[in-house]
Amino acid sequence: MRNVKPLYLLSPFFIVIGVFFVMPLALIAVYSFLQPGEYGGVEWHFSWDAYTRLLFERDFDGKLTFNAGYLIIFMRSLMLAGTCTILCLLAGFPIAYHMATRPERHRGIWVLLITIPFWTNLLVRTYAWMLILRDEGLVNGLLQHVGLISQPLPLMYTPFAVGIGLLYSYLPFMVLPLYATLERFDWRLVEAAQDLYADRGQTLRRVIIPISIPGILAGCMLVFIPSIGSFLASDLLGGGKQMMIGNLIQMQFGFSRDWPLGSALSVVVMAIVMLGLMLIARKGEGTGGLV
Amino acid sequence: MNIKQRSMPGFGAISWSGLIFLYAPIAILILFSFNSGPLITVWQGFGTNWYSSAWNNEDLRRAMVNSLVIASGAMLFSTFIALPAAIAMHGRTFKGQGTANTLLALPLLVPEMVMAIASLSFFTLIGLNLGIGNVMIAHVVFCIPFAYSPIRARLETIPAPLGEAAADLYADPRQIFIHITLPLLMPGIISGAMLAFITSLDDFIITQMVAPPGAMTLPVYIYSMVRKGITPEINAISSLLLVVSMGFVIASVIFNRKGQS
Repeated sequence: MRNVKPLYLLSPFFIVIGVFFVMPLALIAVYSFLQPGEYGGVEWHFSWDAYTRLLFERDFDGKLTFNAGYLIIFMRSLMLAGTCTILCLLAGFPIAYHMATRPERHRGIWVLLITIPFWTNLLVRTYAWMLILRDEGLVNGLLQHVGLISQPLPLMYTPFAVGIGLLYSYLPFMVLPLYATLERFDWRLVEAAQDLYADRGQTLRRVIIPISIPGILAGCMLVFIPSIGSFLASDLLGGGKQMMIGNLIQMQFGFSRDWPLGSALSVVVMAIVMLGLMLIARKGEGTGGLV
Repeated sequence: MNIKQRSMPGFGAISWSGLIFLYAPIAILILFSFNSGPLITVWQGFGTNWYSSAWNNEDLRRAMVNSLVIASGAMLFSTFIALPAAIAMHGRTFKGQGTANTLLALPLLVPEMVMAIASLSFFTLIGLNLGIGNVMIAHVVFCIPFAYSPIRARLETIPAPLGEAAADLYADPRQIFIHITLPLLMPGIISGAMLAFITSLDDFIITQMVAPPGAMTLPVYIYSMVRKGITPEINAISSLLLVVSMGFVIASVIFNRKGQS
C-alpha cells in the first residue's frame, strides 16, 4: 500500500468527516445568524438577534432589557466544570502516580480497571447515582436506618449531585493521560533529588509535578471540555434546577423551538473549547495518547 | 531504585478509594437488578423476575434490535474508513496530514450536544430521511477515531523489513498487503471495531436528537423509562447493557495484547 497516494486512502475519511461533521458544524454557525421559524427550524433572514438574546430580553414593544438567565447558566456550567476538573486532578494525580509506580505486571490491570468505566454507558452509570442519592435511595436509607437522620437529606437536584455525577463521569479522562505521562517518567530524577536531601513532598512539588505539566494540562482539558457541555449529569441528577449549557441547547431544539438561539449557544461553547485547546497546544504536548 | 522510595504516603489509599468510587454504583445497580421485589432500593430477596419481565417487553426487544443494527453498521463503516486512513497516516509525511490529524481528534473534542443538534439541523436541511440510517451515519462520525487508534498503534509495531523481505521475494504490493500487513494488523482492526461497536451501542445524546420518532435504541428507551419513573426493570436492562460493554472492552484489550506477544 506504500505506493498508493495517502490522500487517495484518506478520501473516504475526508468525505465522511467533511460532509457529516464539518458541514453540520458550519451549518450551526450559519443558523446562529438566522431567525427562528415558527415551528422549529429557521427563517433565512440574517440577524444578530440570537446573540443579542443571550444577554437581553426583547419586550413586546421591541425594547431590550438585560436578562441574566442564560449568563447564570453559563456561569454555573463554568463553575461546575471547573470544580469537577480540580477535583478530578486532586484525585486523579495520586491514582495515576500510584499506577505508574506499580510493578509492570500490575499496571495493565490498573489501566484496564480505570478504562472500563470510560467505555461503559454514561447514561446507565449516571442513573446508578440516582439509586444512591434519591430521597428513598441508599444513602438516605442507610442514614435513616442507623438513626442519624429522621427526614431524608435532599441530595438529589443539588449542585452537589451534579458535581458527583460529573466527577464520576470524567475521572478516567484525567487518570489516563496523567498515567501516560508518569509512566514515561525518568525515575533517576527522583533519585537525584533524594540524593540532594529532598524529602518526598519536595520531590513531588519541585521535580515530579513540574515535569508532569503537559499530562496535567491534557487531563484538565479532557475533563473540562466534556463537562462544560455535559447533559446527562445535570439532566438526571440536577433536575430542572441545575441546568447547564448542554441542557439549555437541547431545550432550544426541543420544546422551545428556537434553533438560532441553540446554535448561538453552541457557537459560544465551541469558542470556549477552542480557546482551551489553543492554550493546550501552546503549553502541552498533546493528550497523552487518549485521543 | 525500589518502589518504596517512589511511593507517596496516602496515594495508595486514594487509588483504592477511587476504584471503589468508580465501581460501587455499578455494583449496586447490578445487585439490585436481582432484587425480586418491586421496590428499587429495598432488598426483598434474590430473583431474576425483572430480567424475564424485561425480556417479555416487546418495545424493549425492538429497541435492542435497533441498537444492535445501528452499532453493527457503525462498526463496519467506521472500520472500513479508519483502516485505509491509518495506513495512509503511517510512516510518512505528506501535505494535508496535519488537517487529517486534527479531523481525527476533533469528533472527540466537540461537545456531544453540539454535535447532536448540528447533525439534526444538517439532516433536516438536506432532507435525509433514512430512519435509523440517520442514526447510523451520525454514529459513524464519532466511531471513526475509536476504530482508528488501535489500528494506528498496531501499525507502529510492524517491522518495516518484513515488507522489504517480501518485496525481495518478488511479492507485489497487493500480495504484501494481503499476506503480511493485513494479518499482522488484524488484532488492531478487531480491537478498534469492538471499541467502535460499544461506542455506538452506548451513545445516548446524539441518538436521541437524530432518531426519528418511534425508532428507539436501548439507551433512548432506558432514558424514557427513567423519565417516566424508576422501576426495577430499568435496573435489569441497564445491568445487561453494562455487562455487554464491559465484556467488549475486556475482549478488545485481550485481542490487542494477544497480537503483541
